[in-house]
Amino acid sequence: MKNRTESDRRKFILGMARGAGITALSGFIWSAYVDEVTASQLLLRPPGAIKEKDFLKTCIKCGLCVEACPYDTLLLAKPGDHKPLGTPYFIPRDIPCYMCPDIPCVPVCPTGALNEKSVTTNGKLDINIAEMGLAIIDRETCIAYWGIQCDACYRACPILGKAITVEYSKNERTGKHAFLTPVVHADACTGCGLCEKACVTEKPAIFVLPKEVAMGKAGSHYVKGWDKEDEKRLKDATEIKSTTEISKGTAIDSLNSGIGGLDK
Amino acid sequence: MKTFWNKYRYLFFRRTTQIGLLFLYFGANAWGWTVLMGNLSTSVLFNTIPLSDPYAVLQMVAAGAVIATDLIIGALIITMFYLVIGGRAFCSWVCPINLVTDAAALLRRKIGVDNFAKRQPATRNIRYWVLGLSLVISLAMGVAAFEFISPISMLHRGVIFGFGFGWAAVLIIFLFDLLVLKNGWCGHICPLGGFYSLVGKNSLVRVHHNEENCTECMKCKVVCPEQQVLYMIGKESIPVLWAACTNCARCIEVCDDDALGFSIRKLVNDKKKGE
Repeated sequence: MKNRTESDRRKFILGMARGAGITALSGFIWSAYVDEVTASQLLLRPPGAIKEKDFLKTCIKCGLCVEACPYDTLLLAKPGDHKPLGTPYFIPRDIPCYMCPDIPCVPVCPTGALNEKSVTTNGKLDINIAEMGLAIIDRETCIAYWGIQCDACYRACPILGKAITVEYSKNERTGKHAFLTPVVHADACTGCGLCEKACVTEKPAIFVLPKEVAMGKAGSHYVKGWDKEDEKRLKDATEIKSTTEISKGTAIDSLNSGIGGLDK
Repeated sequence: MKTFWNKYRYLFFRRTTQIGLLFLYFGANAWGWTVLMGNLSTSVLFNTIPLSDPYAVLQMVAAGAVIATDLIIGALIITMFYLVIGGRAFCSWVCPINLVTDAAALLRRKIGVDNFAKRQPATRNIRYWVLGLSLVISLAMGVAAFEFISPISMLHRGVIFGFGFGWAAVLIIFLFDLLVLKNGWCGHICPLGGFYSLVGKNSLVRVHHNEENCTECMKCKVVCPEQQVLYMIGKESIPVLWAACTNCARCIEVCDDDALGFSIRKLVNDKKKGE
């Protein structure tokens, strides 16, 4: 009898250990897979999409935005698309976002992954403030930068004259012609991709990237002193004093002490 | 003997709801129907009533997402339906993977895979482990973990929005059920099934067994995808109370002796008997 209970106990403990081991193993594989499939950065979300990290959390993959899109712009990521599975995205070179004024894809979102507020000005839906991405021009392959006359992207832009402008400059090579080169303005560009669709080069010389990918970041310690709005950031600023070996005296003392303080 | 209709009536209704729902979803995407839009993760009925997969919402909660009101309402409606009425009926009446695994089980019986693979080396409790694990991973990774691997979603999204390589996942499930483990996906692994088992534990619609009519032919146990729930066959006249029963009603249909049938559970009586 005693032997039997002992072997039962052993069986139970071994069984539990096996269960825990298999769970841990599959947990790691599962996590690694999820990490891998959610790592894709280079995709464009519908207008009003919240930050990518929160978007992946919040989107329930129902496809209501895809169904609402009248131009079939939006796609739902399928296995094999190499995008986070079941989430909506679009490829502007195939079908760009035509920037419907009533933005049908956003209010249908049941989860708030597409945030109506982020595309609303004064209580009215406003597609012009959407931030789906940012158009980037490759000056090496844009034929306008070669000196050939082309303003396809400028003409295609729904916010013509604001998101893309054409700059004039002298063509020194010929000496008698002008460059008419397109320039994208990040504050106005919505990333709809109509320019990418319109671009005449074989592979588009102007293309939309997600803003996080396309833009740099100066860091919060740079303040534009000439910009009243930016200056306001200093209003509640407090001083942080840090002392190092070199800076514990005054600056002048540190200089007068020769290089002694620096080579330590 | 039963008529053909009597032998397949529930099966017919089940296939009708399963395929009908997919058809409505498909129509919403392809032809702009507004009866039922979205998919099984979340849909909108008649342009007004939200319906949401409560398990997906639960994973989102674990992932730390802000849950919208529509989602809460939608998940509550679905939860209440299965909690009070349907039990685990989602699995056999709605889920499209059921078509695949039922086909695998049928083929398995027909070609006699069970004859050379008699042992079932896995416990049916795996689904609860997977359920727990999915919530832990959702918490750790900050995304709804099962939604990124779910073959169920791949199938219904595939039908509605295009498959991509989703057919491969469906084929894997089919082959797994056919060759590796009997009722492997739905009966052992699927955490959504485990979730609805827990939700529908005390639901009202139950299969009842009438022992007096039973001839112990065991046809019901052959077709049942969760045969452990039919432990009372030929022994006791009690309802099938185990949560794993999907209310698929195949046992009722194959029974030639009128020993099984749907009924509403009597709460007081059952409590006295215990489970």
